[in-house]
Amino acid sequence: MSAASATPRGETRAAYAFLSPTLLLLGLFVFVPVAWGFFISLQRTDGFGDGTFVGLDNYTRLLGDGRFWRATANTVLFTAIVTPLSLVLGLAAALLMNSALPARPVFRAVLILPMAVSGVATALVGLLIFDENTGVVDALLRALHLPTVDWQSGGVGAFASVVLVTLWWRVGFNMLIYLTGLQSLDPRLTETAMLDGAGWWQRLRHVTVPLLGPSTFFLLIMNVIFSFQVFDIVFVLTGGGPQDATSVLVTYAYETAFTRRDQGYGAALGMLLLLVTLAFTAVQWRTNRGRDAQ
Amino acid sequence: VTGRTSTARLGYWARGLAALAVAALFLFPLYWMVVVALSSRRDLLAGRVGLVPDTLTTENFTVAVLTVAANLMAGYAFAHLRFRGSGVLFLLALGTLVLPVQVIMVALFRLTTELGLYGSYWAVILPTSASAFGMFLARQYVLGIPRELFEAARLDGCGHAGVFWRIVLPLSKPLVAVLFFMSLLGSWNDFAWPLIALKDNQLFTLPIGLLYLQGQYGPDYTGTMAFALLNVTPMVLAFLGFQRYFVQGFVRSGING
Repeated sequence: MSAASATPRGETRAAYAFLSPTLLLLGLFVFVPVAWGFFISLQRTDGFGDGTFVGLDNYTRLLGDGRFWRATANTVLFTAIVTPLSLVLGLAAALLMNSALPARPVFRAVLILPMAVSGVATALVGLLIFDENTGVVDALLRALHLPTVDWQSGGVGAFASVVLVTLWWRVGFNMLIYLTGLQSLDPRLTETAMLDGAGWWQRLRHVTVPLLGPSTFFLLIMNVIFSFQVFDIVFVLTGGGPQDATSVLVTYAYETAFTRRDQGYGAALGMLLLLVTLAFTAVQWRTNRGRDAQ
Repeated sequence: VTGRTSTARLGYWARGLAALAVAALFLFPLYWMVVVALSSRRDLLAGRVGLVPDTLTTENFTVAVLTVAANLMAGYAFAHLRFRGSGVLFLLALGTLVLPVQVIMVALFRLTTELGLYGSYWAVILPTSASAFGMFLARQYVLGIPRELFEAARLDGCGHAGVFWRIVLPLSKPLVAVLFFMSLLGSWNDFAWPLIALKDNQLFTLPIGLLYLQGQYGPDYTGTMAFALLNVTPMVLAFLGFQRYFVQGFVRSGING
């Protein structure tokens, strides 16, 4: 075998041998289900026995489905709120953690710790904090004689609780990426700006932030993709309620396919998610490739 | 002491104070979980802990071994072998990282049923083994091994399998540990798929058990938090222990949790 390995063809054969377990797993549990999912999305079926073939009916049904549009609007709103907030908070935390301060490694570890907590545990701890009867926040507001927030029964409160819990979970990741970006910057650039008399804010605005452009772009795409996938937290914290106020595409797809067992329609929702995710991933990949080529 | 250095020292401690405030905000929810959890020792002792061993089974370990082996082999191929289609395949594999399970859940449910796996742990764990994250970490790791070592092994007459067995595997012990842990903890924390693939209360994983308990206990969170603590602790300890590797992995692949 070693003699054949020297030739490119041998190398290709060896490569596919090494890749075969991964290709088998990804093929069986990802690519086959994607194709099969598309096939199911053309049927009306409850998941038991054979479905009836309905062509593109499930897709045209999307257009007139108010709950689908509500979930889409919520997903977009959630993404539009969480993405800029977690970018700004992540950058602020990274700037702080990149400066000279006592016990820096400990603080860094604390901020990325939530990344290790499962989504369900995060959401349950979120309930502990935001429960409108027994939660910490409303207890604090009551103690201060301030009006309490309806974190479960009010639509706005429920949406806010999902946003806040998600921020707690995600800001550490954004900080980490920004921190890596900051550490790779040439310190002479900010020093030059300082000698030119630029203040802290001017240096940040005109030197540091523009230089962090690639990190920001990467985080922008990643946060959009993750925001489209916020399942565990919504499912456990609010269940999509009250009255669909926090229902998002992934929870609506789950509910459709497995609570109401409208599996063909659920599969169509899945295909829609696939398209959206792929579109954003393609943008990220193209930009990355452009940057690598430089 | 000049004015300038005392301002700098003031800034140093002021930033420390700000960091302390931020850290307190981040730690408080976890601290509160521990406080509530520890107020429910009764539940922990009452035998409901029976949920725990279920989540670390032989199936789980088998799949972890399988995953790590597959990751390492693919990582080696993508890092060091030149072959047709490597770019496309790598891209396809990476693309799977960003797919939410809701894209494929309906078909995956059918597939596990057709394969006769539905209702068993295999249905829960096996699909999660198809994660490109570990493969990506392995590729980065193998790229870090000095090229001369591979060339020396080639000159000594090793084929690709020999190189993998004698160079990559022995040098990848820390990586294998991390991948193995991540695979176990990945299935430990997974939620959206087990929610679909589990039908039997006996087979509850911790996150599903948590949800179920929450329904039982309602607004009394003490019992639920005890289990949340059990769910969170191993992952947090592993995270702190392997922080460097996790951080590298997260930064390079851009995947959270």
